[in-house]
Amino acid sequence: MKVLTFLAASIRIALTGSRRYYAWLLALLSITAVGFYYYLYQLRYGLFVTGLRDQVVWGSYIANFTFLVGVAAAAVMIVIPAYLYGYKDFKPVTLLGEMLASSALIMCIIYVMCDMGRPDRAWHLLPFIGRPNFPSSLLTWDVLVLCGYLFINMFIPGYMLYSRYHHREPNKKILLPFTYLSIPWAVSIHTVTAFIYCGMVSRPIWNTALMAPRFLATAFAAGPALIIIVVQIVRRYTPYGSPGDKFEIPDATLFRIANIVLVAMLISLFFTACEIFTVFYSASSHQAPLEYLYFGLHGHGILRPYIWLALMAMVIATILLMVPRTRKNLVTLNAACILLFAGIWTEKGMGLILPAFIPSPLGEVAEYWPSNPEVVISISIWALGALIFTMLAKIAIQIEVGGTTHPEEGHH
Amino acid sequence: MSAPPPRPRAATAPQPIELRPPAERVSRRDFLRRTTQGATALAAITLLPRDLLHVPQIFSREDFELRHFVEMSPEEVTERVAYLEKLYRERFHNDQITIATIPAQDGVLWGYALNIGKCVGCRRCVKACVGENNQSRDPQIEWIRVLEMEKGSMDLEKSNHYYEHERVPDPDHYYMPVQCQQCENPPCVKVCPTQATWQEKDGIVVVDYNWCIGCRFCLAACPYWARRFNWTSPTYHEGGINPDMHYLGNRPRFKGTMEKCTFCIQRSRAGRYTACVEACPVGARKFGNLLDPESEIRKLIATKRVFRLKEELGTHPKFFYFFD
Repeated sequence: MKVLTFLAASIRIALTGSRRYYAWLLALLSITAVGFYYYLYQLRYGLFVTGLRDQVVWGSYIANFTFLVGVAAAAVMIVIPAYLYGYKDFKPVTLLGEMLASSALIMCIIYVMCDMGRPDRAWHLLPFIGRPNFPSSLLTWDVLVLCGYLFINMFIPGYMLYSRYHHREPNKKILLPFTYLSIPWAVSIHTVTAFIYCGMVSRPIWNTALMAPRFLATAFAAGPALIIIVVQIVRRYTPYGSPGDKFEIPDATLFRIANIVLVAMLISLFFTACEIFTVFYSASSHQAPLEYLYFGLHGHGILRPYIWLALMAMVIATILLMVPRTRKNLVTLNAACILLFAGIWTEKGMGLILPAFIPSPLGEVAEYWPSNPEVVISISIWALGALIFTMLAKIAIQIEVGGTTHPEEGHH
Repeated sequence: MSAPPPRPRAATAPQPIELRPPAERVSRRDFLRRTTQGATALAAITLLPRDLLHVPQIFSREDFELRHFVEMSPEEVTERVAYLEKLYRERFHNDQITIATIPAQDGVLWGYALNIGKCVGCRRCVKACVGENNQSRDPQIEWIRVLEMEKGSMDLEKSNHYYEHERVPDPDHYYMPVQCQQCENPPCVKVCPTQATWQEKDGIVVVDYNWCIGCRFCLAACPYWARRFNWTSPTYHEGGINPDMHYLGNRPRFKGTMEKCTFCIQRSRAGRYTACVEACPVGARKFGNLLDPESEIRKLIATKRVFRLKEELGTHPKFFYFFD
């Protein structure tokens, strides 16, 4: 019953707000609606309306999915300093991190559903009612770890807000185990996602043990970079994190997060260099896909300009983060974060997925470019993610800072 | 792919419904107005998105099945087959349509051998396969791919999939047809998240078209590029349907699901050669039971120079290439 009143209050909070809030929600909702229309179009005519074909079987949806699993896993980079090393100033950030992780995970699930030929049969994946091919298929593992991680990241902030709403102290014996559990679980979601790719002998470029470590490194750079940006937006438009507030997030904290981003980014660039050396020096069967990616193959090379731009963006971002003066300046820090986020999105999205299919296992070079419906659907899922995050953050901030609590219990 | 994706038909514009208030009593007018408003809303919902939301168009009725094939009891299988036969006989105007469910026989493990020294690249096997297995004509789905290889090289990247010559064989090339290799250790089966594809006792890897969720993990995992996806609803030659069907083989498929070569399961399990073997004009294709020491295929493997495609991947194909 108490849970229900809390949920009802949360929905009320998420659906009421200032004019600006409504305008923002409406804008995001309109983009989502357009995407939904195109999704119905895709359902009606099949995945034929995408740019995908038998040669390139995964594209924009799976690329975004892979990237967002990383964003979700990155919340742990805030939780570890806050709870294992006791960085007190990181604690207000964890709430935003967990909500970002939840939103990213919901986006992941929607991307996968969009990529399915038969979303009406998604229940075949579930235990008891379906026939999951567990433990053989890594996709069944992914369902398990993603759902588990979503639960953890909804439960922790949910329970804290629930307690505050009902004027109680959250029980640490409930909260802490889940917080600690979220750390290995975050690693697991990205490892399992990497194993989906690296377990396939058919795709030499993916068939490398470096896949999971590389995934984690890029995730731990891109995720916290997004958090740095999001914290500043939240700080600007809401009381949460503002100076003087109980949950103040000072610039110094952002610079500390920037240190994490820098280390992860350096490791990630190192991994990229390792891969490039191994593949090109040995000139093995791994080479053709990477050659396609970086230099083009048999006159085909749509991705070539993008991957070089991405590499440049990541290198510039790394330099900006390395120099203390530019790291500790919000303008240059934000520039670095945006460059790095875009760079990793390109490298780890299309740059990772597409070359594996080009050339095909029978040596055919057939290129892929997302179709218009596919682009619209992909963008609309980002809008939906932003919508979900906005509403989750609104609930959290209203209860934590705005002091919205249960009206009757408050009188005691 | 030949045809561009079909454009969505312009959604039917909602017809204006006049809200004409009756002149008489107020309560009645209110009532009527509310009804009309409700009707307008209903009309808007039914008229506007009908083109997209009409469920039988999105998912056809015949693919609605709550059970995996191997979980069905014999009675359920009979019932389902009868239902599908009736449906297809009406749809394709062909009373001859039957859907067999012949199971694998004990002591049989199918194997295939292909003489690349003999193959002339005429693609008659491809044509025969398309007709036999009711493959979609728009978009075109073909389970066999004939590669035109450069002489002196086994590099698949140098192969040409789309060769067009006045006459074959082209003197500067040799030909290597590739289809499902029916691996003993099939990566596609390993990765399928719903057990919708599996290996039968006679070694044939099949798909339950009613259970596949269309994630295309198997297509990504296959080193031989032997699986095909129905990117949209398949279409068939008018009147060209092959009425001798098998539930796990050449029955009509659905949008959004996977399909593949089944060694012509409807033929091989009925004691016949596969369509590609019969169609080959130079006798380059051989098919038989690997467990029978007296079979032609066993003798070929024992006496010819044999290799298997990408053997180093550990998939153990039961498809052997040989030359004299």
